[in-house]
Amino acid sequence: MPKTIQEINEKIKKGQVVVVTAEEIIDIVKEKGISKAAAEVDVVTTGTFGPMCSSGAYFNIGHSRPRIKIGGGTCTLNDVPTYTGFAAADIYLGATALPESDPLNKVYPGEFKYGGGHVIQDLVAGKDVALKATAYGTDCYPRKSLETLINLKELNEAVLFNIRNAYQNYNVAVNLSDKMIYTYMGVLKPKLGNANYCSAGQLSPLFNDPYYKTIGIGTKIFLGGGVGYVAWWGTQHNPSVKRNDLGLPKAPAGTLAVIGDLKHMKPDWLVGTSMLGYGVTLTVGIGIPIPILNEEICKFTAVRDEDIHAPIVDYSENYPNCKPSDLGEVNYKQLNTGSIKVKNKDVPTGALSSYSKAREISEELKSWIEKGKFFLTEKVAAIPSAESGYSFKPLKERI
Amino acid sequence: MKKHSERIVLHFPHRMVDQPIVYKLVKDFDLQFNILKAYVTPQEEGLMILELTGEKENYDKGVAYLKKCGVKIQPLSKDVKRNVAKCTDCGVCVPICPTGALAVDHVTRKVQFYENKCIACELCIKVCPTRAMEIRF
Repeated sequence: MPKTIQEINEKIKKGQVVVVTAEEIIDIVKEKGISKAAAEVDVVTTGTFGPMCSSGAYFNIGHSRPRIKIGGGTCTLNDVPTYTGFAAADIYLGATALPESDPLNKVYPGEFKYGGGHVIQDLVAGKDVALKATAYGTDCYPRKSLETLINLKELNEAVLFNIRNAYQNYNVAVNLSDKMIYTYMGVLKPKLGNANYCSAGQLSPLFNDPYYKTIGIGTKIFLGGGVGYVAWWGTQHNPSVKRNDLGLPKAPAGTLAVIGDLKHMKPDWLVGTSMLGYGVTLTVGIGIPIPILNEEICKFTAVRDEDIHAPIVDYSENYPNCKPSDLGEVNYKQLNTGSIKVKNKDVPTGALSSYSKAREISEELKSWIEKGKFFLTEKVAAIPSAESGYSFKPLKERI
Repeated sequence: MKKHSERIVLHFPHRMVDQPIVYKLVKDFDLQFNILKAYVTPQEEGLMILELTGEKENYDKGVAYLKKCGVKIQPLSKDVKRNVAKCTDCGVCVPICPTGALAVDHVTRKVQFYENKCIACELCIKVCPTRAMEIRF
């Protein structure tokens, strides 16, 4: 019998809710069958913990005396530049921003030891961060420079706002060339020396709701150790890619834009990350609860690693030049064994997304719901799904 | 007789970098060596990572000889450390490690670091996205 989110929330209130993780539901469905599982289980919790570059946070730092109009000026946090094109005291810090003094890839491969992602982690860890701002000065905002320490707890607003997270599937990256390459998918050894992948597979939020039937705008989520919401679909959202018999996309597909109060997040779940020869980013922990409203939704949450296929892509020549790769595909169960076959060669695999941390997130979210600390939300609007015709287009350059 | 074998890190001062230390180990103490890594930094010190094998008595005598010469010795496994607080257990280091010292436990899905297999090649140090692998001399 179908349930409603309201009914599930009543059960959470009464302490009667049945919550299982996206791993646990697999065996429950196997043992009891879909209809019994769907009747018994109210919520399935998912999790993912991987580097997500389109992440960042905005801050209102409060007004200095005399006032300074940082908007249109410059502002750095621990020497990492922020975006200042807002009003006087609002700034946005992106995860991949780097200090002007960073040698970048001048000494190749660059180490990229500290950037926007690290500043966000430091702030969340409660550390003081050095703010330096310059402005051109106006009649109402006369001050031209500002240097001060700031701390997360003193800021008016500190909001994590990530415009693309939680990718539904991703490429398996390999290197066909004869030299080492340094990519956002990690260091790739020459001649198929390794294959790196990045998804929590069967635990990953959007693999458990592949058509976004319950996850939509307004869905309340675990974000960075605190509470957040799905704000929109993410940039490069691409629900129209080829899907397998179970409806699972066979290439990078859906994405989410998420938002939440940084002040309640934790440094364990927002980790500044350095990719050798590539840059800095933020590793983000996200967990999304899926209400088991009916049997169809239950069936989707029983997805297993062996059901999910990812394309193998050459990052030495094909990826940089936007050329399709014809290296085939593998499933996540194969990837998790530590070795896959590419062009008849055994290639060791390495994961960028931490499965054990994804598991911890799904368990943490489960305990929040069981303890009545977290209620589910009805989505306010749907995000474009497979039949929408919405797709991700390349840039057409013109003069 | 069972041979004794250990992987050790030798730090020797600048004044000693032109001494044939390894030759003496072979010639005088009948020890076998396998150089895992060696470098000399100008004006500083020399560093060599050796796997040293021989009869226990000879091994001890060889090590005593090195110490007498002013060489600082430490077991190899102490050199590369995994900072557990920083490690996120992603596993991207695993295919980079040439000796299988880094591996994913298939049940816990956490990364295991087997110090006895580590040859301190340092490939994992910069590859780690959270820089959880640390080298200490």
